[in-house]
Amino acid sequence: MKIHFEKRDKKPSKLSIFLASLLSVLVALIFLGIIILSLGDNPLTAYWELVSWGLGTVPGFIQSLVSMMPLLFTSLGVLIAFKMKLWNIGAEGQFQMGAFAATWGALYLFPHLTNPWLFIPLLMILGAAAGAFWGFLPGAMRAYLGVNEILSTLMLNYVAIYWVNYLTYGPWKGPHSYNFPITAHYPQAAILPQYGTGGLNLGIFISIVTAFFVLYLIKYTKFGFHLNITGDNLRVGEYAGINVKKMIILAMVIGGAISGLGGMAEISGSLFRLQPNFSPGYGYTAVIIAWLARLDPIVTIIVSFFFGVLLVGSQQLQLLMQIPSSITNAFSGILLFSLLASEILLHYRIKWVKS
Amino acid sequence: MNQDIITSTLSGALRAGTPLLFATLGEILAERSGVLNLGLEGMMLMGAFTGFSISYITGNLWLAVIAAVLVGGLMASLHAFMSITLRINQVVSGLALVFLGEGLSGFWGKSYVGLQAASFSNIKIPFFGDIPYVGPIVFDRDILVYIGYIAVPVIWWFLYKTKAGMNLRAVGESPEAADARGINVVLTRYIYTIVGGFFSGLAGAYITLAYTPMWVQDITAGRGWIAVALVIFAIWDPVIALIGAYAFGGISVLQFSLQIVQVPIPVNIMNMFPYLFTIFIMLFASSNKIKKRFGAPSALGVPYSREEKT
Repeated sequence: MKIHFEKRDKKPSKLSIFLASLLSVLVALIFLGIIILSLGDNPLTAYWELVSWGLGTVPGFIQSLVSMMPLLFTSLGVLIAFKMKLWNIGAEGQFQMGAFAATWGALYLFPHLTNPWLFIPLLMILGAAAGAFWGFLPGAMRAYLGVNEILSTLMLNYVAIYWVNYLTYGPWKGPHSYNFPITAHYPQAAILPQYGTGGLNLGIFISIVTAFFVLYLIKYTKFGFHLNITGDNLRVGEYAGINVKKMIILAMVIGGAISGLGGMAEISGSLFRLQPNFSPGYGYTAVIIAWLARLDPIVTIIVSFFFGVLLVGSQQLQLLMQIPSSITNAFSGILLFSLLASEILLHYRIKWVKS
Repeated sequence: MNQDIITSTLSGALRAGTPLLFATLGEILAERSGVLNLGLEGMMLMGAFTGFSISYITGNLWLAVIAAVLVGGLMASLHAFMSITLRINQVVSGLALVFLGEGLSGFWGKSYVGLQAASFSNIKIPFFGDIPYVGPIVFDRDILVYIGYIAVPVIWWFLYKTKAGMNLRAVGESPEAADARGINVVLTRYIYTIVGGFFSGLAGAYITLAYTPMWVQDITAGRGWIAVALVIFAIWDPVIALIGAYAFGGISVLQFSLQIVQVPIPVNIMNMFPYLFTIFIMLFASSNKIKKRFGAPSALGVPYSREEKT
């Protein structure tokens, strides 16, 4: 017996894509259920606890939105490069560098600014610029030297993380931190507007607006048009007279700027001070989110929110059922596998052939 | 620096380099067959967790090692199925493997945090262990370090001097030609992807059974990713892999030694060095001259299908 793949003639319809995605979520939930059972817990209760807080209560819903924000920014950041089949997994480092630059501005460059209308845009520019620079490096190395961007972005993630660690453990340690590695609190004028006490802040709205900006960018601009052509086939892009090198760098720089802006929003909008490990690997989850959303910026909003719910829910799970919160990583991995497999079902007919 | 510090730094380099070496050797075999597996970190974590838990439960170290190796292979076979049979993007599948390994090991490992299990101790090799300076560094280590010494020439010999090794390289360089010569491309890729997983499992087991005999979440701390970079550093050659792995291991222990002799470089800055160095190596290895001579296997990351000639 041999497996034989036959390419389907028609492109899959929107409905069949949706159904296949739903099916793969179900399959992933079944596998995850078996894993939860292995610790002797009831998977159905666990699933209920996982989503009921984030979806069923107002504070939980707001917390999910707050968790969604960094995920949405970083997912949009990687999405643009993915469109070009550039494997940018550097969102984590770009996010960290954005947070670093914003903190630099808030605490050291302009600590005496009191006008938030000036201060906050300045910090946004700083964060985006630092992220853009962290995207430019691997972009330029790929465009001009052919250095594999998967590895260079990864290495730069570690450099950025250790840079933030160095600053927070060393020269930037705050005066009232009781020797904890944490910077001073942002001045009031450097904090993004807050709504209520639940953590709802302007950053969340900026992230959603950014998603629409990315949609506009890839659907309605020349840049987006070229992005799609070179993404389909690099050589066709070259023949069409597109400067592929420039496109590679641009895609990495724009993506980096968005992730960097996310780093700024995370500190200025919800944490108010820089500390080590302030990101539990948002930039890596972003890769999965962008993929699950099939590189559609609007679907990315929904999937990011879903992951926000899961993140908040997994903390509840740990609190209430003592189920380790690493369950969300296991779920992400399983879900990605089942989704990838469903992709094959959409595009190929599978036949068993007797050999 | 006094001599004790030099000795401890160099022997530390060998110990820290051993898990990198195992993972790198395994990935060299997988990539030589044309399969890129970025999931080393996930496979190592599962190997590390499995090794520790089996050692804790049974107290049998060799059983623990074998279980870790098998679990690494099991995870690699998932990647093999995804990327060879289903022909799914290998980058995404590898990343999924990392998440899966991190998640499962963190999930199942929670109850093992803070426990103690049996671990490998040093065995001094008679005669060689008494060689001044070199002996105590190189020949007074645990048995897995020795396995690393042996694995390198064996894999080198296998790759360049045996029929099977030639077939393996042919599959990675030109699967069409290999297929025409009657080599089973799919089977070959399955075998070496899974063998790569065995090595990653072993690499993980080394960490929890010899290097730092305990379990905490994410104990591999990015070593799987360093190994991915080391494969490039080594230009897919097992002997250079050995040099690279021990050198990287050396950088990671050097920070402790420099602290002892009070060289004022902050730990976090020093931690950046291996990663910056890898970027530097990639820049260097990107020059065309070097690429032409030693480049990556031509069919690396490209799925093979008899029907669809592209």
